[in-house]
Order: sequence, then structure tokens, then C-alpha cells
Amino acid sequence: MAGYSTSEFKSGLKVMMDGDPYTIMENEFVKPGKGQAFNRVKLRNLKTGRVIDRTFKSGDSLEAADVIETQLQYLYSDGEFWHLMSPETYEQYSADTAAVGDSTKWLKEQDTCTVTLWNGAPLLVSPPNFVTLKVTETDPGIRGDTSGGGSKPATLETGAVVRVPLFIDVDEVLKIDTRTGEYVERAKE
Amino acid sequence: MVKTEVPWRPRVDKKVLEARARLLANIRHFFARRGVLEVETPILSTAAATAPHLHSLVTAYQGPQAPKEGQQLFLQTSPEHAMKRLLAAGSGPIYQVARVFRNGENGRRHNPEFTLLEWYRPGFDHLALMAEVDSLLSLLLGTPVGERLSYREVFHRYLEIDVFTASDKTLARLANAQGFRDGVARGGQARQIYLDFLLATIIEPRLGGERPCFIYDYPASEAQLARIRPPSESCPRPLAERFEVYLKGMELANGYHELCDAVEQRQRFEADLIQRRRRGLSEVPLDEFLLAALEQGLPECAGVALGVDRLLMLQLNSARIEEVLAFPLMRI
Repeated sequence: MAGYSTSEFKSGLKVMMDGDPYTIMENEFVKPGKGQAFNRVKLRNLKTGRVIDRTFKSGDSLEAADVIETQLQYLYSDGEFWHLMSPETYEQYSADTAAVGDSTKWLKEQDTCTVTLWNGAPLLVSPPNFVTLKVTETDPGIRGDTSGGGSKPATLETGAVVRVPLFIDVDEVLKIDTRTGEYVERAKE
Repeated sequence: MVKTEVPWRPRVDKKVLEARARLLANIRHFFARRGVLEVETPILSTAAATAPHLHSLVTAYQGPQAPKEGQQLFLQTSPEHAMKRLLAAGSGPIYQVARVFRNGENGRRHNPEFTLLEWYRPGFDHLALMAEVDSLLSLLLGTPVGERLSYREVFHRYLEIDVFTASDKTLARLANAQGFRDGVARGGQARQIYLDFLLATIIEPRLGGERPCFIYDYPASEAQLARIRPPSESCPRPLAERFEVYLKGMELANGYHELCDAVEQRQRFEADLIQRRRRGLSEVPLDEFLLAALEQGLPECAGVALGVDRLLMLQLNSARIEEVLAFPLMRI
């Protein structure tokens, strides 16, 4: 297995530590005048999302983590697993609740997601930055009010609830920014 | 296609160049007034620093007087050896503003090439030299009189341990709790690595907030080129007569009450070489010129090396060393 020494550590590098995959966020070289050199490293645990600081003796190394990012099509959920497929190889993957996390509320069948695979299994499923979803429930729209100002909650077909302008009605299709969870505009069909 | 621009321009604006020039002028003025002579010594040497944590850049001379395969020459990691040869030859007090080179060092406060101010004071011990460093800092940075803490006091204050009696296990537990990750090659140097870690990453950032902080009297194991004071009634263990200076959480200077004993110096160099071999580092030639000078007789003296780029960082409130370098590593 390939390894990286501290001098190769840089932001974005995926490594294994204590059995978990991590991504390196920051790496700072520290050295007392005539003593041992160290690297103070900020890492994010790719399974838990937790960010930690660790200091390594310069020259120490970590194993590379077999982590890749790929685009997969979301097929369906059986309640326990979320099933995805590679549009190129047609290979299927199943992601558990931990991997999907908060993304479930944005996942619509056929949408393409960014999936982090670790040892070939989904570690993290991220929805597209923008999704188009139909409104299933909201107070009746107020005709003519397109000036903005007020907003109201709307439930979308995936179960997500977002704030939308007052003129939006049930069955309308909206473009949503999944990174902020905010309404962008009415989707043009 | 967009052509990427070659970053030929200096990293800093003219104000920084002017600040550096002013700083150097003030340093020269300080030493001129005190009757300390400015000297220059070669940057190249046939010998290298032996300390296992110092890595030299190597070059090769070819031409007249060189052997056919070329003469291996090292870029100095500090002008220490040559300056001691001047002292042994009777130069009296001397200082130098020198370009020095350290392989493998690059970071927020490190650049592989940097400027060191080094000076030697015959007749001084490390305590007297600390006072002079304090005066220089006060002139250059306007700092108040510095605080003085022994190595033992500083560990007691910030980590609540007696650094001399704490077990290796205690140090390991403390270091691991502070985020140190034990690597594979720990070997016999584990204790020293824990101490270096605790000082460099836990204690150092908290030192010298308002005024300089001087740490003195290091463990004998960290003597480097400082003399070791034998145990006495007031202090039951040998201590290295060495000091370091910190300001705003940054190490600025490292000084010694210099070792003058040629025999002991040779033993320390050879111990360094054994360490280097054990760590799989390259073999380096000992500086026989320095050892011969010590045999002839180095006057009792103290010497200190102070990082000029870091002084400038403090003066200009820079967080990174490249903010004070015209051409840092990425532009050479």
C-alpha cells in the first residue's frame, strides 16, 4: 500500500489513520532551533466528519486511503440502503444511513450524486448542488405576489421542507440549492 | 490558451525592503557603538554541521585545486565554526549578518535560506549575553525588559511537571493527550522527542506575549555546543549553559556559553555522527579546522544566533516568513 510522508502532506490528501480514512486539511511545519521537526496537521475523519489536530514527527508517514470520488446515479431506497449505479459500468452500490446522512432529503430517483467510495463502498453521498423538486404541500399561492418579501414553508416530494415565496403553489417544480437548503427559482420544464 | 505568468516580481513591496534595510542599519549601529567588529566568513565549507536535526545543502566545486571528481562543499547552516576560528585567532568580540541554509525546512516560519545574526562576546557567560540580546531587542522592537525562566521553570509553569524527574511514560501520556501521534521509529530518542514536541508546539506559542521570554539552563542532553555546568550543592544535576529567546510565541534566538574544550567537542561531534548513522542520515565530515582552533585555545566566550527574518516578521506583524522575503522558495 502506498504511503505518504509528512513532507508530502497537503490539503485534500486522503490517508488512513487508526483504521479510519481521513482527508488532510492543513499541514504546518514546526521546528525548534536545533531539535526534532514536527508537522502539525489538521485532518477530517471521512466517516464521522470530525476535524482533529495531530502532530507528527517529520518524516513519519501514513498509509494512503483507498478513497475515490465518483458520480453515481441514485436508483431507489429500500428503507435500509440507498442503491446507486455507475452510469458507465452499470455496477451497483448500496449506501447505508451513515453514508447518506442528511442527503436523503434531496435524493430523487435518477439524479446523479457525488459519491466518495472507500475500498469500493460508499462512504459519503452528496446530492447535486442543485436539484429540481416538486412541491407536495404548502399554503395556497397568492396570485400576483412575485415581488418577494414574504415566505412560507413548502414540503417537497422528497420530504424536505424549504422556505419559498408566497406565490408558489402545490405541484410547482422548484430549483433548490442543496448546499444551503434554499429556494433558487421556479424550474423551467 | 492563457499563458501562466512567471512570478518574477518580488513577493514583498518596497516598504518591506526599506524596513529590512533599516533593521540591518540599526543592528550595525548597535554593534558599532559597543565596539563589536563586523566580520564575514565563507558560506561554503568542506565540513558540515553534525547535529542530527540539521541538514546541510551540498554543492560541488570543480576547477583549479579541486580533485578530478570535484570537491564536495556544504552550504553553512550557521557561521559558528568559522567565527570561532576567528575568536581563537584573537579577533575579540565579533558579529556577522550571514546567509545560512537548512535543507528540509520550509513552513510558516522557515525558509531553506535565511539570514542569521550571530555574535560572540569574549568574557561573557550565557547570562551576560542574555542581557545584551535584551538590549538589542529593546532597540529594534521597543520591547520592555524580558522575562527569565529556567528550562525547568517553564515546564513547571505551563505543564505542571518537573521535567527532570518526570518519567518517560508521563511525558508520553502528556504528549499524546496534546495531539502527538507516536510514529514507528521511536527508538532511544523517545524522551527527547516528547520534550521537543511539548516545548515547540504546546509551550512555545504561549511564550513572550508582551515582552521577550528567555529560557536558560537546558538539560545536559541538549547542550549542543554549550558548556555543561557540573552539579553543585544548589543544583544536583548538570545543566547546559544555553538559552533561547521567544517573543510573541516565536523562537528568535539560541545562545550558548561556549564549550572551549577541544576533547569534549570532538566527543560530542562523534556522538552526533553515531546518532546520524543510527537514523540513516548521510555521513558528514567533522570540522577539523574548528577542532584545531579549539585545541589552540578559544577564549572563554558566549555566542548567540538570532533570526533576522523573524525579527522583521515581528516588526511588521507578519504571520508568514515569505511576507518579509523578496524571493521566497517558490520564486527562486
